[in-house]
Amino acid sequence: MSQIDLANTSLRELNATLQAQKGGDNQTAWEILNPRGSHALAVGLDAPIEVTVKGHTGYYCAGMNQQATVHVEGSVGPGVAENMMSGSVIVEGDASQYAGATGHGGLLVIKGNASSRCGISMKGIDIVVQGNIGHMSAFMAQAGNLVVCGDAGDALGDSLYEARLFVRGSVKSLGADCIEKEMRPEHLDLLSDLLTRAGVDAKPEDFRRYGSARKLYNFDIDNAY
Amino acid sequence: MSDQDHKIPRTVPIQSATFSNPINAEIRRAAATGIYDIRGGGAKRRVPHFDDLLFLGASVSRYPLEGYRERCDTSVTLGTRFAKNPIKLDIPITIAGMSFGALSAQAKEALGRGASAAGTSTTTGDGGMTPEERGHSSKLVYQYLPSRYGMNPDDLRKADAIEIVVGQGAKPGGGGMLLGQKISDRVAEMRTLPKGIDQRSACRHPDWTGPDDLEIKILELREITGWRVPIYVKVGGTRPYFDTALAVKAGADVVVLDGMQGGTAATQDVFIEHVGLPTLACIRPAVRALQDLGLHREVQLVVSGGIRTGADVAKALALGADAVAIGTAALVALGDNDPKWEDEYQKLGTTTGAYDDWHEGLDPAGITTQDPELAKRLDPVEGGRRLRNYLKVMTLEAQTIARACGHNHLHNLEPEDLCALTMEAAAMAQVPLAGTDWYPGKPGSGY
Ligand SMILES: Cc1cc2nc3c(=O)[nH]c(=O)nc-3n(C[C@H](O)[C@H](O)[C@H](O)COP(=O)(O)O)c2cc1C
Repeated sequence: MSQIDLANTSLRELNATLQAQKGGDNQTAWEILNPRGSHALAVGLDAPIEVTVKGHTGYYCAGMNQQATVHVEGSVGPGVAENMMSGSVIVEGDASQYAGATGHGGLLVIKGNASSRCGISMKGIDIVVQGNIGHMSAFMAQAGNLVVCGDAGDALGDSLYEARLFVRGSVKSLGADCIEKEMRPEHLDLLSDLLTRAGVDAKPEDFRRYGSARKLYNFDIDNAY
Repeated sequence: MSDQDHKIPRTVPIQSATFSNPINAEIRRAAATGIYDIRGGGAKRRVPHFDDLLFLGASVSRYPLEGYRERCDTSVTLGTRFAKNPIKLDIPITIAGMSFGALSAQAKEALGRGASAAGTSTTTGDGGMTPEERGHSSKLVYQYLPSRYGMNPDDLRKADAIEIVVGQGAKPGGGGMLLGQKISDRVAEMRTLPKGIDQRSACRHPDWTGPDDLEIKILELREITGWRVPIYVKVGGTRPYFDTALAVKAGADVVVLDGMQGGTAATQDVFIEHVGLPTLACIRPAVRALQDLGLHREVQLVVSGGIRTGADVAKALALGADAVAIGTAALVALGDNDPKWEDEYQKLGTTTGAYDDWHEGLDPAGITTQDPELAKRLDPVEGGRRLRNYLKVMTLEAQTIARACGHNHLHNLEPEDLCALTMEAAAMAQVPLAGTDWYPGKPGSGY
């Protein structure tokens, strides 16, 4: 285990060190001390390393992550794990807006609540939120899965493409072209796997599934506002 | 009919300037379809432009440089502010971002080949980076757009610069559109969307809003790319003074400013023709913002939107730009709207020079299409050669003008070399109306 203390190390040094790690290196576990809300922490990583952040972070923590596991022992600012490609990011606390935005792959777990626009424009990432999510979540979400153990805010899944949304609690309102869909056995299997991987103790049967009605897929004047 | 009737003079039929034939045709089209008109290209209406400016040339008080013989440099370096590896270009004319999807893979390759041969950069577009264009572009700028289609850190790290697209001159405040006809398997896969559906590109970035967020976004991109490559911010021409100042404040190395004549692959006609500022009106306010911040020439300004000739290049530079970018003109150089396709344009209900249904994917020239048979019509090697020639001619033309004005570098061109033919152009470019020492709004002139 190596420690990097942001009280006496610059952000550039921290990221450069983590970005320089290669797959075969012995040194795979890193601890970041005193993050104090710094932005762009542990971004652009591309090796199967484990990074634990001891505290809260600012914007874009673990942005564009590939392969690494980033564990935040605190809350995160906007855009955590934005455009993640692979690996996983686990947040013990809450997440601000745009969690997992445009993510292409990997797993993002938020143990607290996530704010508005969670999973916006997601393109293949899996996101599991143990608490609630805010309004306009999964806006224009293209692919991947968003699992919400609590409630969802207004306009869930507005202009949704092919992403699948699972919500256990209430949904304040559905966005344009988002509808409730039948939960078939394959969805229960998928959900069960996601909950297991996220370490969440919940029954897949308690969730409801939402997806795209696919009515906005080709421009139709009757759908325009 | 009586003799009297023959003697009464008749009025000739008069077409209305307000309800012109094109306007009436559009009313009928709208009435028949219920859908607004979508097209490619830029504003077609006449707006004050570089044509309304003239160079003064040398005189007793200024002596010229010998054409062909005395050196007149054309190089420009972009990204000197923060990037470890700024981009050095041989000529101040770059190829603007045009997406794979909007353009065929062959067209993207031709742009890369032509730009590289001319010593300049080309730019990706909405939809991500293709191996063809990376492979054939010695300097490739990677666009970071609201849609983030195909966006991935591997490509980001392969880029020679990153361009954060806030907006485009053709449609400032609008997103993008790629209609289903153009969504081939490959385009669909790059964008993670089903084949054949209309693809909307968001008008706002999904994970930041406003200049304070932009600053943090730029920090993130720099951290991911190790502060190596320049970061550009591209804006459509709307509030050029403030947009430039805010982009600079957010940490941009380069500001790309695109006026309303700038082309697009597909947008509503009403948007193209009625939103945004003419390119000419954008430059001076942007330059003033850079000067007010003490960063003119340190943060470079790239201007685009209706650049066609070496004279346009020279005029943009004289007004304070560091470089220009071309989109439509590059496509024309490759063969877009070439008279040799007239028969096919007729079949599509249009004619050479007016073909703008770039969104439909039926381009006879094989440029704005994903149809493999049409796309084959464009030979990327020949296209690249034509683009290189065209870039070379534009450079020679700009040098000719600069030498005539006595400058040994294109960047030494200045507003004092210019006059304006119209009041509007004089006001926008802030150069004197021809034959006077006055322009509207000139400080101290009382107007
Ligand atoms: C076919 C086509 C596709 C374009 N695609 C993009 C794009 O993906 N991203 C972007 O920022 N601008 C795009 N543009 C705008 C150009 O980058 C540029 O701003 C404009 O073409 C400059 O004006 P000009 O066409 O008059 O030279 C596109 C333009 C055209 C003609």
